Amino acid sequence: MKEISVRAGGQAGDGIASVGETVTRSLSRMGLHVFGLNAYQSVIRGGHVWFQARASKDRVHSQGDACDVLYALDHQTAEVHLPSLSSGGTVVFDPEKFAIPPEEVPVGTQALAVPTLEIARKYTSQSILQNAAGLGATAFLSGIPLDILQRTLADSFGKKKGEVVDWNLGASADGYAYARAHAAVNPNAVAPSGAPKLLLTGNQAIALGAAAAGCKFLAQYPMTPASTIMHWMAAHSQEIGVVVKQAEDELAAINMAIGASFGGVRAMTATSGGGFSLMVEALGMAGMTETPVVVVESQRSGPSTGLPTKTEQGDLNLMLGAGQGEFPRAILAPSNPAEAYRMTIRAFELAEAWQTPVLLASDFHLSECTSTVDREELDLDVEIPSLYAVEPNGHEYKRYLYTPTGVSPRAIPGQPGLNFIAGSDEHDEKGHLISDVKSGIPIWVAERTKMMNKRMSKLAGLAASTEGPVLEGPADAGVTFVAWGSTAGAVRDALRILAERGVAANLLFLPTIYPLHGAAVAAHLARAKRPVLVEANFSGQLGRLIRAETGVEIPNRLLKYDGEPFYPHEIVQKGIEVMGRGGQ
Amino acid sequence: MAGSSAISLPPTVGTALPMLGKSDTKATWCPGCGDFGVVAAIEMAVKRLKIPSHNVVLVSGIGCSSNLPHFLSSYGFHAIHGRSLPVAEGIRWANHELTVIATGGDGDGFGIGCGHFVHTMRRNVDMTYVTMDNQIYGLTTGQASPTSMLGQKTKSTPSGVIESPIDPIALAIASGATYVARGFSGDVKHMADLIQNGISHKGFAFIDALSPCVTYNKINTFDFFRQRVYKLENSGHDPSNRALAFERSLEWGDKIPIGLFYRAERPTYEDLEQVLNAGPLAKQPTGLKGRESLLDEFV
Repeated sequence: MKEISVRAGGQAGDGIASVGETVTRSLSRMGLHVFGLNAYQSVIRGGHVWFQARASKDRVHSQGDACDVLYALDHQTAEVHLPSLSSGGTVVFDPEKFAIPPEEVPVGTQALAVPTLEIARKYTSQSILQNAAGLGATAFLSGIPLDILQRTLADSFGKKKGEVVDWNLGASADGYAYARAHAAVNPNAVAPSGAPKLLLTGNQAIALGAAAAGCKFLAQYPMTPASTIMHWMAAHSQEIGVVVKQAEDELAAINMAIGASFGGVRAMTATSGGGFSLMVEALGMAGMTETPVVVVESQRSGPSTGLPTKTEQGDLNLMLGAGQGEFPRAILAPSNPAEAYRMTIRAFELAEAWQTPVLLASDFHLSECTSTVDREELDLDVEIPSLYAVEPNGHEYKRYLYTPTGVSPRAIPGQPGLNFIAGSDEHDEKGHLISDVKSGIPIWVAERTKMMNKRMSKLAGLAASTEGPVLEGPADAGVTFVAWGSTAGAVRDALRILAERGVAANLLFLPTIYPLHGAAVAAHLARAKRPVLVEANFSGQLGRLIRAETGVEIPNRLLKYDGEPFYPHEIVQKGIEVMGRGGQ
Repeated sequence: MAGSSAISLPPTVGTALPMLGKSDTKATWCPGCGDFGVVAAIEMAVKRLKIPSHNVVLVSGIGCSSNLPHFLSSYGFHAIHGRSLPVAEGIRWANHELTVIATGGDGDGFGIGCGHFVHTMRRNVDMTYVTMDNQIYGLTTGQASPTSMLGQKTKSTPSGVIESPIDPIALAIASGATYVARGFSGDVKHMADLIQNGISHKGFAFIDALSPCVTYNKINTFDFFRQRVYKLENSGHDPSNRALAFERSLEWGDKIPIGLFYRAERPTYEDLEQVLNAGPLAKQPTGLKGRESLLDEFV
C-alpha cells in the first residue's frame, strides 16, 4: 500500500498543533484517507509535542509506525524522531536554530536545511511565521500541492484577512520553492485522489452524533480527553439548539443530565475516568429510576490523575462495575470517528428504549486523533420519536409497571394524569417507596425481588438490540487478534502488513462490550487457531470479562500501559511470534 | 429550524386540572416532626398559586425530610443524597414551564450537597429550594450536621461539636440567591407565605425552614425556637438591602429572625441561556436532519 507519513515536533507554544492541523487537513482535502495523531504533554508551554499525519488512497486505521518527512522545530524533536525516519526520508530543520550533526541522520535519509527564520524576516519580525516556511517545505517533500496547502492555511485564519494571512501564504510559497530547489519529493508521496474527505476527531464525531440523535442537553466538567466534546457542542449550541452546561463538578454534570432526561429531553454527559468515578452513584440512580442517560467515558492513563494526556483502556472494569448493587447497562466501544458517530446515536436509542444508562467507551487515542470520514458515513437523518408517548387510558398509571420486556410506560412531567415519583429507593410499580415501613414485610420482600427481576430483565433486551462481535479479515487465519476501542485501528493496519508477509491474520472486534454476546464470542474463539488479546491496560480487562462470561481464556496477550497508543509493528511482531509457537 | 416537528405540551395553567394535594402515601415522619409543617406549607403555597399538580415537580435528596415528594400528588424525583439541586436544574432546563421545588435537609443541602447549593444560587436558576433544617442527622439516628451548634453533643460528637456551623442564610445571600428567607415549622401559615412568594419570585428562592427533630435534637426544639423567633417584616427590615440582610443573617442567639431577609431582581439562568429563548427545550425540534451544511467545517 502506498502511503505517506508526515511528522512535526517542537515545544508546546511553537505552533505544532496548527502545523499538524494544516498538514492533516491538506492531505484529507487531497481526497486521501488520513489518520492524524497529536501527542502532547500536560503543560501549556514548553515540553515536547508532535503530530503525525498518515495518508493513503486506501483506508488507514492508525498513525502507522515510521515517518517519511519530519519537520523538527527543535533539536529534541530530531533526537527523538530521527530513528523513525523511513529510508529515503527527509528531516527539515533550520540551521539558524540548531544543528543536526551528520552522525544523527540515519543512513539512507537526508537532512534538508531550510532558512525558515530568514524567510520569515522577509515579512515580519514575528518568528512564528517560520512555521509557514517550514510547512511549505514539508508540503513539497510530502507531495501536497502548494495551492491546497495555501487554501488550508488561509482557511485556518477564518474570516481574518490582511497582511498576516498574506505573510503566511508568502512564506509557505517561499519554503515550498526552497525545498523544490534543494530536494526531491519523497518517493512515498501520494497524488491527490478524488473529492476532499471529512476530517474529524473521535470527540467531534461523538458530539455530532449526539446532536443528530436528538440530544438537547449536555452537562460536563472539563477533563482531558473528554473536554472537546463540550467545546464542539458549546460552539454550536445556539445553531443546533442544544443547552450546554459546564457544571461545578462531575457529580452535578450527571445529575443534571439525569434531571434533564426525566424532564423530557435526550441528555448526555461526558468525562474521563476521574470524573466518571464521581458519577458512579448517580449512574445507579439512573438505573434505579429507569431514566435514560448517555455517559461518554473517554479513558486516559490511570490510576488517579495518571498521565492526563496519554491513552489507556484501563477503565473497563470500572465501567462494568460502576454503581452499588445491580442494574442493567450497556457499554458500547467505537474504534474510529465513523463508528463513534454511529454508536453515539445508537447509545441514545438504547438508553431510551431500555430506560437505563448507556456508556460510550472512548479513550484518548480515539477522542483526540483525527480520521477521515466519507459524508455517507455521517447520516444526519435519524428518526427521533417523541418522548410524550404515553397517554392516560382510564386505568391507574403505573410508572414501573411489570412488563415482559422490563420496560414500563414512561410519562414526562407536565403530562396531566400521569403524575409519579421517580425514586432512588426501591419502589413498587407505582413508584411508592418500599424501602422504609414496608421493607422486610413478606409481600414487599417479594415485591423487591419482582422489581429487581423487572429491571434486570432488560439486559436480555439490550443483548438482543446491540451489535455482536465482528470478525474482520480472512475467515481462515493463523492468528486472531481480539481487540476493542481504538486499539482495533492499529490491529487493522497490522492485518494488512501481516498479509504482505504471508501471515493470514484476522480481528475479532467487539463493538459492544456489555452485554457481552458471550455465545458469539466463544464460538469465534473456538474457531480461532491462535487468539491474541490486544488491550491497552495491565491486566487484560476484556480478557477477564470474556473468561468470566464464557469460560474461555485467551492464552496470548499483548498488553500495553505505557500511555502510548499501539503501533502496527508491535502487533505484527506479536503475530509473527505467536505463529512461531504453533497452533493452539 | 429543520428537524422533526415540535411537540405540543398541555397548557401550564388550567383550573379544571387536578390541583396539588396529599398523595396516597402517608408521611412516615415521627409524630410531632417539624417536617409536617413544611409539607403543609408547600401544599398550601402551591394550591394558592393554582398551579396544576402535573406542572409541579418536587425534587429531593436523601434524609428524613427528602421523603417529602412521596407525600404530595405532583410529579417528583427522589434522588440520591446531596444531589437534589443538579437534578432539579436539569428538569428546569429541560422544561422551564414546570414549577420546580427542591426539598431536603441540612445534611443533604449544606453537607454533602453544599457545592451544588452555592453554584445553583450563583446561577439564579428560577426554582424554589426549601430546606428542612433540624441541625441534626435524623435518618442515620443522630449525628452532627453542618448546622449543629458549637458544643452540641451527638452520637458522632460525644464531646460536643467543635466546628462552626454553616449559616445557610448568610451563605445564600453571599452566593447570589435572589430570594432568601427563613421559616419556622411552628408557624405554617407564615412559612406558606414565604414559600408562595418564593415560587412566584423570578429567580432562585431559598427558604430555610427551622424544622425541629423531636427525636434526636433535644436542644433546637419547638420551644427553643418559639422563645426566640421574631418576624423580620415586623421589625422594619428592608429586604432589598443586601448588606442589612447579611447583618440580620448573623443574628442567632436570644433572638432569631424569620421571614424574608433578602430579595433582588436579576436575570435568571433561563433568561440568559439563549437556547431557551426559543421555548422549553422539551418542545423544541430535535436532531440535525437536513443540516448537512454542519459537515462543511470538517472538510
